[in-house]
Amino acid sequence: MKFDSPATTNPIDQLKIVGKPTNRIDGPAKTTGTATYAYEWKHPDLKPAYGHVVGAGIAKGRIASIDLGDAQAYPGVLAIVTAENAGKLGKSKRNTAKLLGGPEIDHYHQAIAVVIAETFEQARAAAQLVRVEYIRAEGSFDLARSRDSAPDVQNAATGDFLAAFSDAPIQLDETYTTPDHSHAMMEPHASLAAWDGDKLVVWTSNQMIDWGRTDLAATLGIKKDKIQFISPYIGGGFGGKLFLRADVVLAALAARAAKRPVKVALTRPFIFNNTTHRPATIQRIRIGAGKDGKITAIGHETWSGDLPDGGPETAAEQSRLLYAGANRMMATRLALLDLPEGNAMRAPGEAPGLMALEIAIDEMAEKLEIDPIEFRILNDIQVDPEKPTRQFSQRQLVACLRQGAERFAWNKRNPRAGQIRDGEWLVGMGVAAAFRNNIPMKSAARVRVDNRGIVTVETDMTDIGTGSYTIIAQTAAEMMGVGLDMVTVSLGDSAFPVAAGSGGQWGANSSTAGVYAACVKLREALSHKMEFDPSDAVFADGTISAGNRRFTLAEAAGETGVVAEDIMEYGDLAKRYQQSTFGAHFVEVGVDTATAEIRIRRMLAVCAAGRILNPKTARSQVIGAMTMGAGAALMEELVVDKRVGFFVNHDLAGYEVPVHADIPHQDVIFLDETDPTSSPMKAKGVGELGICGVGAAIANAIYNATGVRVRDYPITLDKLLDQMPA
Amino acid sequence: MKAFTYERAVSPAAAAQAAAHLPGSKFIAGGTNLLDLMKLQIETPTHLIDVNGLALDRIEATPEGGLRIGALVRNTDLAADARVRRDYGLLSRALLSGASGQLRNKATTAGNLLQRARCPYFYDTDQLCNKRHPGSGCAALGGFSRQHAVVGVSDSCIASHPSDMAVAMRALDAIVETVLPDGSTRSIPIAELHRLPGDTPHIETTLGAGELIVAVTLPKPIGGKHIYRKVRDRASYAFALVSVAVIVQADGSGRVAVGGVAPKPWRVEAAEARLPEGAKAVTDELLAGAAPTRENAYKLTLVERTLRAVLAEAGSQP
Ligand SMILES: Cc1cc2nc3c(=O)[nH]c(=O)nc-3n(C[C@H](O)[C@H](O)[C@H](O)COP(=O)(O)OP(=O)(O)OC[C@H]3O[C@@H](n4cnc5c(N)ncnc54)[C@H](O)[C@@H]3O)c2cc1C
Ligand code: SF4
Repeated sequence: MKFDSPATTNPIDQLKIVGKPTNRIDGPAKTTGTATYAYEWKHPDLKPAYGHVVGAGIAKGRIASIDLGDAQAYPGVLAIVTAENAGKLGKSKRNTAKLLGGPEIDHYHQAIAVVIAETFEQARAAAQLVRVEYIRAEGSFDLARSRDSAPDVQNAATGDFLAAFSDAPIQLDETYTTPDHSHAMMEPHASLAAWDGDKLVVWTSNQMIDWGRTDLAATLGIKKDKIQFISPYIGGGFGGKLFLRADVVLAALAARAAKRPVKVALTRPFIFNNTTHRPATIQRIRIGAGKDGKITAIGHETWSGDLPDGGPETAAEQSRLLYAGANRMMATRLALLDLPEGNAMRAPGEAPGLMALEIAIDEMAEKLEIDPIEFRILNDIQVDPEKPTRQFSQRQLVACLRQGAERFAWNKRNPRAGQIRDGEWLVGMGVAAAFRNNIPMKSAARVRVDNRGIVTVETDMTDIGTGSYTIIAQTAAEMMGVGLDMVTVSLGDSAFPVAAGSGGQWGANSSTAGVYAACVKLREALSHKMEFDPSDAVFADGTISAGNRRFTLAEAAGETGVVAEDIMEYGDLAKRYQQSTFGAHFVEVGVDTATAEIRIRRMLAVCAAGRILNPKTARSQVIGAMTMGAGAALMEELVVDKRVGFFVNHDLAGYEVPVHADIPHQDVIFLDETDPTSSPMKAKGVGELGICGVGAAIANAIYNATGVRVRDYPITLDKLLDQMPA
Repeated sequence: MKAFTYERAVSPAAAAQAAAHLPGSKFIAGGTNLLDLMKLQIETPTHLIDVNGLALDRIEATPEGGLRIGALVRNTDLAADARVRRDYGLLSRALLSGASGQLRNKATTAGNLLQRARCPYFYDTDQLCNKRHPGSGCAALGGFSRQHAVVGVSDSCIASHPSDMAVAMRALDAIVETVLPDGSTRSIPIAELHRLPGDTPHIETTLGAGELIVAVTLPKPIGGKHIYRKVRDRASYAFALVSVAVIVQADGSGRVAVGGVAPKPWRVEAAEARLPEGAKAVTDELLAGAAPTRENAYKLTLVERTLRAVLAEAGSQP
């Protein structure tokens, strides 16, 4: 099905099942431990051996020698794979650094060997006996020092920014920094690989089945159709599992070497330097405005670093679209750094971009002596500022701000910083806009109905804890006119049609649109079979009917059942309209007057993000994202040792993420919205919108509480202490 | 993790004797610290002596009016004990501020005292660390040292002692009781249990080879107001950046011990004499000779500010 003109009324609009708060259908399996995650696959025929990964102990250089003797002699060891004996390996475009390094080392903890043994314990012990001599090379590990040599990789300019900025009566010119972040998902990367002749089956934990399978084929130099990729349950990803990673490649190579299935999991300390991370940024923001509060000039320059052939953190993207202003200048620069590979993490670009931009907006409002909400509203714009003929498909930022202000009792905020005390606490409120684009991605599904009337959906879409299973079931149930109890959903298997996958908050809208397309085909097939005109046939209450003829779906399906498959593809609506999601974050913090410890008291997010397919799972996504935003604001930082070139705090004791006690009260409001340009589902996404702007709302609340403006994340007490009232 | 042999000790003396006999052996209690370190091959014992079955899990009143806490009493049980809560509130609060519920259920009194540094370079066997490899160097000096110690440190090591419980015990003048391999016993004031790093940061305590902690004794309660204030980046489940333990008497005299700032629970009796002069005077004395890095110098301010708040709280409490 091709979606190339705005959606009109369709069966989804009945909203009998879609749009209702619905428990996750995979919840019971997960809470009873019967959902099988990658490392847990068991089968009587699979007697897996265990692989343990050896990572490089230097950041850059070469392996001079690698002594496997003691490891090979260790009891239970079956084989050891290194770059030397692995055979020729390719590298996919989506991977920056090689997944099996050596002799050249590109980054710290780059995998250089996998030791395979009968038991996990033997493999681990033997891995620790692999002795490596390195020749270290100079590397570049300091973004601030590499900043000036970083070339532009993306630019966008409108009008004459420099002239308008220097003419502006009110100006802001500040620099902000965000650190490297780790996805730190609960489940580490893990894979079980089994060869059968030249065929390879991989049970893994991956957000993008088809990317993973394609890239594994490219890496191993085999045909894609020889590989089956299976990943039905994923213990979190946040972008860390978008790509093929070392666990998959090493499990496949290990299984080949050991001639039997092999399981490989990355240990927790490896997640931080071996896999990808959100790159640190330096962001310079300049805003010029008239005394009336209207922005006349806005400039956002951002610097990040990556390994050769890597990409930038696109932290200036939202600044192209969020606020008005005739003169604009956005620049994205990329330095060469020899740190581990930077890549996408939940709301890449916008998450760090808004952490900076939305402090700048707060600072500007203060200079103008305008309430920060009013300042944002004053500079709202309903068209693409770079191309004013192009409209937003929907843009309810103003409504988000206004409704949130009312719910949060924003009018109780004292605009003068450092004024409100509650016992030992200084209390403040902050606000920030949330913004994230909608990206429609083509997505396919297969739907069948059997002789019991059970509707089964198969698609290689993944559920990374987000609720894909449930919204897909809701979609199929709504389309086929059955209850949720009559729908089963199978996901995450490359044997199924290729779906959008989970990333860029495109999963919900895109994957359900694919299911919609397949269901339309299935409705047609059933109609034809029962000799109905498809446009007359009504699917409701488990039946198909038209006129005075009615059959149960089971009857219509017959003994053999009926199956249909389709792919949803997109025309140019996303070009004609700017499709984005909007929100507003409100935060109240307390800052301890003595210690400057910062504790969040309340959070509220108001989101306008198209149709909300399942308010319950959507809310979970948003509160999870708000929590992650709190982490980014207050504690998360991969600390770079600039001498050695690695992330030092590479475990969950050192890389702190919020715990329950950090997040006392969260509220989420979804505005009523349907976006007919997005898909027949009229939905967009919320999973990333939820994190966008949270950090700045917290930073602004801290400023409002204390009068101390911190522009370097995370905002930890040591950055406030010296400026706190005595 | 290296392969190891394992035995269950039958008596404290037998445990101590076995440990002294077999070089490379270690006691294991709750295992919450030791096992993590073994997995990363930071600790590589060849033999484990499990002391969990030694019936050292009781809390008993002493004839002197104090409490004798068995070495194997779990942190959860110790914190919940009615006598501890009534007479040694500081200890209960310090315990409850540490780790998580699950860990406290497993963690023991002796294990907590002997838990090892949380320095990230200590945890990475590819980095230089004098504590792991004496003489190799200290990567934290000149590296990431925001959490490290500011006082009592040396050019060899700046790691801080991570225990909360030990800080309270230091303020309470606890006595550590041990059994030696020859069956004799010893009482060690807690002040003398941990050593400063000097140029041997790998030697962390004054315990001899095979010496087993069997109990920790608290002297008779001294009354006063007990406050334990732990300052950290997140609200729970984090090690202290700084912690301040005070016991303040009605006449304004008192005791002060601090955590997160030194290689051992830190208390300077001379500093307590200056309590009447206020937090700054006490802090100056307490942290005299501090040698912070650029990254952890804030701890000096933080101790002073936290102490001031804690003393104010003690003064305002009924
Ligand atoms: C994630 C995490 C967070 C934590 N957070 C905190 C925190 O906030 N505050 C805090 O104070 N602690 C914290 N801890 C540390 C925790 O308190 C310790 O791990 C625990 O107290 C150790 O006790 P254990 O019985 O498990 O010791 P074990 O791991 O069994 O032993 C530790 C050491 O003591 C030795 N030992 C044990 N018993 C004896 C004995 N009877 N005689 C002689 N030697 C003995 C062992 O040989 C070993 O060297 C945390 C730990 C973890 C894993
Ligand atoms: S501070 Fe101590 S524990 Fe940390 S690296 Fe230096 S010597 Fe090792």
